[in-house]
Amino acid sequence: MAGEKSVETTGLLGWIDRRFPLTSTYKAHLSEYYAPKNFNFWYFFGALSLLVLVLQIVTGIFLVMHYKPDAQFAFQSVEYIMREVPGGWFIRYMHSTGASMFFVVVYLHMTRALIYGSYRKPRELVWIFGVGIFLCLMAEAFFGYLLPWGQMSFWGAQVIVNLFSAIPFIGPELSLWIRGDYVVSDATLNRFFAFHVIAIPLVLLGLVAAHVIALHEVGSNNPDGVDIKAQKDKYGRPLDGIPFHPYYTVHDIMGFVGFLIIFMAIIFFAPEMGGYFLEYNNFVPANPLVTPLHIAPVWYFTPFYSMLRATTDDFTWVLAGSAVLAAIMVFLRVKGLMKLIAPVALIAVAVLLRVIDAKFWGVIAMGGSVVLLFFLPWLDYSPVKSIRYRPGWHKTLYGIFFANFIVLGYLGTQAPTDIFNLMSQVGTLIYLAFFFLMPVWSRLGTFKPVPDRVTFQAH
Amino acid sequence: MIKKLLCALALVITCSGAHAAGGEFPLDKAPNRISDLAALQNGAKLFVNYCLNCHSASAVRYNTLKDIGLTDQQIRDSLLFTGEKVGDLMMGSVSAKDGKVWLGATPPDLSVMARAKSINAGPSGSDYIYTYLRTYYRDTSKATGWDNLAFPNSAMPHVLWDRQGPRELTTTTVHQLPAQAGKPAGWERIVTTFDAAGYVTSNVEPLSNYRGKESVDHKFKALEPQRTAAYDSDIADLTAFMTWMSEPIQQKRKQIGVWVLLFLGVFFVIAWRLNASFWKHVK
Repeated sequence: MAGEKSVETTGLLGWIDRRFPLTSTYKAHLSEYYAPKNFNFWYFFGALSLLVLVLQIVTGIFLVMHYKPDAQFAFQSVEYIMREVPGGWFIRYMHSTGASMFFVVVYLHMTRALIYGSYRKPRELVWIFGVGIFLCLMAEAFFGYLLPWGQMSFWGAQVIVNLFSAIPFIGPELSLWIRGDYVVSDATLNRFFAFHVIAIPLVLLGLVAAHVIALHEVGSNNPDGVDIKAQKDKYGRPLDGIPFHPYYTVHDIMGFVGFLIIFMAIIFFAPEMGGYFLEYNNFVPANPLVTPLHIAPVWYFTPFYSMLRATTDDFTWVLAGSAVLAAIMVFLRVKGLMKLIAPVALIAVAVLLRVIDAKFWGVIAMGGSVVLLFFLPWLDYSPVKSIRYRPGWHKTLYGIFFANFIVLGYLGTQAPTDIFNLMSQVGTLIYLAFFFLMPVWSRLGTFKPVPDRVTFQAH
Repeated sequence: MIKKLLCALALVITCSGAHAAGGEFPLDKAPNRISDLAALQNGAKLFVNYCLNCHSASAVRYNTLKDIGLTDQQIRDSLLFTGEKVGDLMMGSVSAKDGKVWLGATPPDLSVMARAKSINAGPSGSDYIYTYLRTYYRDTSKATGWDNLAFPNSAMPHVLWDRQGPRELTTTTVHQLPAQAGKPAGWERIVTTFDAAGYVTSNVEPLSNYRGKESVDHKFKALEPQRTAAYDSDIADLTAFMTWMSEPIQQKRKQIGVWVLLFLGVFFVIAWRLNASFWKHVK
């Protein structure tokens, strides 16, 4: 028939394929998508993030059926879900535990990308979409946390929205515009609800699709950082590749069940996770008149929160000094146009660091430490991708970086003291130095030769 | 690398230990009676008779008490006094506004108090309730005539005082005096006693050659020990009830959890073997 595409499939599938790329999509993304066969434990976390995303959306839909986004009823409606909606407690615990576990799997997923160089050329866009997802996830978690309308919901939102008021000139108006009121209130709750259930999830899903499409375009990295497309058989299939389906679907099912064992153990035996997944103070209804003694964000924000608190007025001297030092370094080492532009810009930053209020720089430190991740593909100059072939002391640096991140996270959960503040300042410097000095240190040292084929032991 | 990680963590943990040691009144561990139906029922009776006058438990319906072994008829006969229905929420009879006027603070809703008072990696809210209700002492200088060790200046008077019986509180404080010109820092011990009527006597004595730390020690002396012991048991029951009330599904949740994990355990073995059989040909 005129105008109809010719396809290999017949019958109903053929009918569909002539109108919609079903078989070709299935092949491109599953049955003929060749993934490296040497994936290890770290490679579970991408699929697991997808599992948790689906769980969050499905449980979220059921919660919205019973939750009331109204300052008068929000707290009570959550308890109503916990007690009177059949299975409501299970759905709510899945959602609250899911929020924390989302960050657990995403942090591990990002760690994997960091140690195996998965952000390196040609996967820069995969990484950038991924960091976008991480930002959306933080926004989603922040907006969602206001909804139970407990003390921590209220005061957490109050503190974070107030941060925007530190931005010069537009700050106070901006934070008022975000809140929709002079304090966090019913108006805030309603708009945060809209962001949490519609706006952010839409962006999130779009970014997830882009992340996966970009990944399948360039192919997955692997623990050796070897390009598997460089060695192909006579049919053009990578020698070290294996069809995603059935090999990795069956592998990921095992990962899913393993993950669910931990996930369900938390839900059924420790849903509050000692006050870290569900903060105890959030069982007290929001009260604008009573400020809690200690306002701590949920654990997944605490590394960044530590960097915010670390940025005191004294600390901006240290940061300004570092900027001046960097300006001198760039001036001495870089050639061309940047020899002048970069040092001038850095000196300007150093001056501004002392001119504008430290609170603003705290916000910049917190936001900037996430935004910094976007630039990672252009900061790393190492000749190899994977940590396996890097010099030994690189491994130590990565170890320090991850330990430092955990310590910052811990400090963010604690009430500030002098010694803790000092520790978070050192931690902030370590975090920033790791990235800012990466163009220097990442090319130093003796790298091991990277093999042509991946290292793989048959199961 | 692992070693460095461990060192860093160890450092953090030691610091946090030092941090946690400061301040708060040490809480007694509440006896675990969460699966003892008789205790829960006694707790429910105490809760409705004493707490519910001023406080509410607005998330709890009376008929959910069927979960702790009561029948609708029993609930009606022994827990409903002012014409509520068994399907009603446990609302107190003092409005928030009146409470604020009469007591200086609105009596908080108690539905989830046992969860709210828990501390991260510390004592549970049940421990707090169990301790709080057992550390009242008479103090004539306070507006209500009572004060509390776990929650100083508590607005709530000791509502259950007639069940506890008279007690005396003796507080022994050892502290260091600031060094004065030419004299080294000395130590003194202050013994303060609140008698059963709330009158305070205080005795200060200097300590020579004291080698120790600053300390505060509280001792209650029950004048009717049997009554006080019975009270402690009642409070354990009340605490158990409030713990149950804060999450009625808790016991069932743990029971279901065992089956869920057993199922997933079996499923994991199947998934693992399935994966192995697919991958055994991959060289």
